[in-house]
Amino acid sequence: MLLRVDNVSKSYGTLKVTRDVSFSVEEGQTLGILGPNGAGKTTLFNLISGDVRVDAGSVTFAGQDVSALRPHQRCRAGIGRSYQVPHPFGNMTVFENLVTAACFGARLSERQAWDTAAEILDKTGLLPHANKPAGSLTLLNRKRLELARALATKPKLLLLDEIAGGLTEHEAAELVAELKRIKAEGTTMIWIEHVVHALMSIADRLLVINFGEKLAEGEPEAVMGNPDVRRVYMGLEA
Amino acid sequence: MSATVIRSTRASQATIGIGAALCVAAATLPFWGESSWMREFVEIACYLIFAMMWNLLAGYGGMVSVGQQAFFGLGGYVMLSLGNFLGFNPFLAIPLAALVSALAALPVSRLAFRLQGGYFSIGTWVIAEVFRLSIANVSAVGGGSGTSLTALRGISRATREHTTYWVALGCVVAAIALVYLFLRSKQGLALQAIRDSEVAAESQGVGVARMKLAVYVVAAFGCGMAGALYFVSNLRISPDAAFGVNWTAFAIFIVMIGGIGRIEGPLIGAVVFWALNKFFSDYGTWYQMGLGLLAIAMTLFFREGLGGFLQRRLGFEMLPTRRILKLDAQPATPVPAHTPAAPSQLMPKVSL
Repeated sequence: MLLRVDNVSKSYGTLKVTRDVSFSVEEGQTLGILGPNGAGKTTLFNLISGDVRVDAGSVTFAGQDVSALRPHQRCRAGIGRSYQVPHPFGNMTVFENLVTAACFGARLSERQAWDTAAEILDKTGLLPHANKPAGSLTLLNRKRLELARALATKPKLLLLDEIAGGLTEHEAAELVAELKRIKAEGTTMIWIEHVVHALMSIADRLLVINFGEKLAEGEPEAVMGNPDVRRVYMGLEA
Repeated sequence: MSATVIRSTRASQATIGIGAALCVAAATLPFWGESSWMREFVEIACYLIFAMMWNLLAGYGGMVSVGQQAFFGLGGYVMLSLGNFLGFNPFLAIPLAALVSALAALPVSRLAFRLQGGYFSIGTWVIAEVFRLSIANVSAVGGGSGTSLTALRGISRATREHTTYWVALGCVVAAIALVYLFLRSKQGLALQAIRDSEVAAESQGVGVARMKLAVYVVAAFGCGMAGALYFVSNLRISPDAAFGVNWTAFAIFIVMIGGIGRIEGPLIGAVVFWALNKFFSDYGTWYQMGLGLLAIAMTLFFREGLGGFLQRRLGFEMLPTRRILKLDAQPATPVPAHTPAAPSQLMPKVSL
């Protein structure tokens, strides 16, 4: 068991954004997270990555309770993440974005970080853009950079937040091909995505969230056939 | 894959060469220049070091402090106290004063770092005022009206002026070298990442809080050094002169004109400030209003500052901190991500 989330809750004032959610992810697995807008999917990521602290419950990663750790400590422990709205280091070059992640996330020496960064740029198709300021990239390449930078931290667990959102079908397909390769290398992934067919093509299990609560969890086909899921997420009557 | 990375260009090597030659030439100034030139240089050196530290804090660390004069004034008073009361050579007291300022930044940061954004700015100003009022109540250093640096009385005027000038030159060179080498280092990457996105930096493994504290302490050291240097040259100190908010106001001006968040910014800004000060300072209040308007106009319409403008026009950085990946050294492997199969093959549509 690489990640275990136990009875996690989070409120902002009187608004409960995450209510008593539990799930776990096995090593090498890909978990897809679905849910309507505002269901608390990104908050769940923030609770795992440490951007937001849990009010109750715990997050256990690789056997260690990380609930009280700061985001950079969780990153160093092996939790890499991308953001729904890309947060590039805009004035630094694409290459430097990755070098930073490799130096601090993966704790490599700068020399080693250069090699790692160049390798990942090559793999993710960003090599031609290596020396451009990250702020000048197109949306597709910004999303690629989010992924590449998270990979440069050498994560055991990769959290991907709507990385295919806003991309054309063809671009999304390229991304899925890339994710399949990353999965094949043994990286565990949790992927929040509204592009359901993209998610279905790679996820081993699905988790559906609604109003901060777990609505369904299990094999993708079974979850998609669940009457509650069809009603809440797709607006279909069972 | 073994990556080849370029860290400097011919233009940047030339800049460093020219800079070194200028420093050597400047070092001979006491043998042929007038003493008013030396005084002017020392004054602008203090502004420059102070502005460089403010740029590090606000331009890179995102900490818009309006209270760096707290450490400037403290540096001045510590230097004076070490000289007047403990018999230290005031020149040797400069680094010690800087060190005391850096140490003082540790407890101050505990207080200031509780505040964010605009509250942090005003909070740091309030802290500087607390420093000013506290020192104004210490009668040993002349209370509110201040006191003179008596420790340099036995030294001839020429020796004092020459030494002050050389120390100032040394401080400027050291400050530039320190900031430059720091920004080129691995830690410099972290600082630039924080400048661009604090949230992303933290999630990529950068210990943002620790880095900010380090920058705050280093900036206090630099400001303390500038303060000690200024009052060695000035020979007289008072709480209003030492802890005046004008110090930070001018530093902000220098950084905004030169370009915030870039290493050349304060260097260019300080030269502009010196020139404006030389030719227009007789206009008093009008001059200051002009500076304010200029800073506002720069912030609104010309955010990259003169430094950014020059870099864009000339196409090179004078003091590059960049890491350029040499692309032709890469093996020509095809990039698989660009040649996927048809989308339908990769993503089976789900029938709902």
